[in-house]
Amino acid sequence: MEIKFSKSHEWVKAEGNKAKIGLSDYAQNELGDLVYVNLPEVGSKVEIGTAFTDVESVKAVSEVFSPVTGTVVAVNEELTDAPEMINNAPYDAWIIEVEVEAYGDLMNEKEYEEFCKQ
Amino acid sequence: MLIFEKSQQGRTAITLDKLDVPAYTLKAEKREQEARLPEVSEIDVVRHYTALSKKAHGVDDGFYPLGSCTMKYNPRINEKISGFDGFTKIHPLQDKSTVKGCTELMDTLTDRLCEITGMDAMTLQPAAGAHGEFTGIMLIKAYHASRKDTKRTKIIVPDSAHGTNPASAHMCGFDIVSVPSNAEGGVDIDELKKVVGEDTAGLMLTNPNTLGLFDKNILKITEIIHKAGGLCYYDGANLNAVMGVVRPGDMGFDCMHLNIHKTFSTPHGGGGPGAGPVGCKAFLASFLPVPVYGTLPKGYNAKKSIGKVKTFYGNFSVLVRGAAYIDTLGAEGIKDAAQKAVLNANYLLSQLKGDYDVAYDRICMHEFVLTLQGLKDETGVSAMDIAKGMLDWGMHPPTMYFPLIVHEALMLEPTETETKETLDQAVEVLKTLKKQAVENPEILHDSPRKTIIGRVDEVRAARQPILKYQF
Repeated sequence: MEIKFSKSHEWVKAEGNKAKIGLSDYAQNELGDLVYVNLPEVGSKVEIGTAFTDVESVKAVSEVFSPVTGTVVAVNEELTDAPEMINNAPYDAWIIEVEVEAYGDLMNEKEYEEFCKQ
Repeated sequence: MLIFEKSQQGRTAITLDKLDVPAYTLKAEKREQEARLPEVSEIDVVRHYTALSKKAHGVDDGFYPLGSCTMKYNPRINEKISGFDGFTKIHPLQDKSTVKGCTELMDTLTDRLCEITGMDAMTLQPAAGAHGEFTGIMLIKAYHASRKDTKRTKIIVPDSAHGTNPASAHMCGFDIVSVPSNAEGGVDIDELKKVVGEDTAGLMLTNPNTLGLFDKNILKITEIIHKAGGLCYYDGANLNAVMGVVRPGDMGFDCMHLNIHKTFSTPHGGGGPGAGPVGCKAFLASFLPVPVYGTLPKGYNAKKSIGKVKTFYGNFSVLVRGAAYIDTLGAEGIKDAAQKAVLNANYLLSQLKGDYDVAYDRICMHEFVLTLQGLKDETGVSAMDIAKGMLDWGMHPPTMYFPLIVHEALMLEPTETETKETLDQAVEVLKTLKKQAVENPEILHDSPRKTIIGRVDEVRAARQPILKYQF
């Protein structure tokens, strides 16, 4: 299961027909200390390139865009009480798990690193 | 120490007048628990609030260049006039014939604000800017509904907008479409053309925008929206830059709000009260919340009103202050204030340019945005550190991390009421802070050091807020 990235700085880890989605290290660094993570409802639909939730940092409220199209099958409820998990370990702190119908345009780790440098 | 902690049972600061009406005891079951108001003496109250005021920084304490907030000086004459018995010793349920002075003030103020903005009618009801946005978008919604044009579900908002714009439109049930800014900081016309269509209900725009830049394409932008069948909403947040010079009504806008508390100098920054009157062109006037004051346009029909958005007439005493300000300045003074606000901002910008990177390097309006990304990469000192550093010099920080499209943003709005000497001091302070950032960055990470309250833990305050007193 390889980690992939979207241009809007979300990561995707696929496991079978499901995928976990979170925010990249670059994203959490840019956002700064997160103070609140809004979670969508299990069963809701997500669409490629469309915001599925928002996160709040000390600086601002920012939307999180879905890198896939599908149905939310689980949300990481631990984030409600501990949004700092995203700052501390962005690649463990998944936000939603989705049953995937389609993937958007994604980059591998190396391509994403290059993309962030630009 | 909180005032609740100073409470001693039976202590009081007032003596009630002798009872001259039949006594009535409130039924106990109406209240689930005691009111638990603090019981303190008059001197306790005076000392408590004096102490709190010393811990804060207001525009009466020093320079306050909080971008987007127009923290201009609030002339004391406004306070004096709004304190007149005729304006304060009244009740909203009093018969209208007994408060003619107040209704005349609302008539006059409405007409003057219409003249300044180029609108045909206005409600004074909304309590603040975002409340005005909500009211204005409701007018747009009512307009489309009156034409049975129900396919219009989208409001277009530029990516540089205040966060309240999409929030207000969403509250009115619209979907939000964001348009990116072009290289000059204005609306990207090609991108705008791509998103307009039959589903466009309207556009919300601030001009000058949140980058402090006047969008030169404004007539083209409003024309694109109108051709698609949508309406144009003007966010009056930055009216201070253009009042008496250009009018939103002449830029092609159909409705708008203005912030009395910002542009027309009433105290704000502590959470209100404000006033956000909403003006519109004649064809929208009938939808305005009732009652409407001032000269009514032909064909006005109150039956079409969207209803009330606030009890009675809004925050009346704030409106009195705004009216006093307009009367004191007069037509020439209003224009002069706008021009000096722009001049002051450009002076400050020109003095800081050598030391700080400007987000969009062109002539600005009443405010401008610096980007400290380069400084942060080089020294580790962030926009937040520089902002906090200013507190040690008795100056309020600029707006930080806004607009969102600028990295490490600091947004400065000096306003017209600051002297050249104050601006020069601010330049010196910001240059000193820049030097510190390069030579001794550690100091700035800990600033402010000289204030009564040091660097507050904003993260913990947001993650674990304590919102009420635990008895």
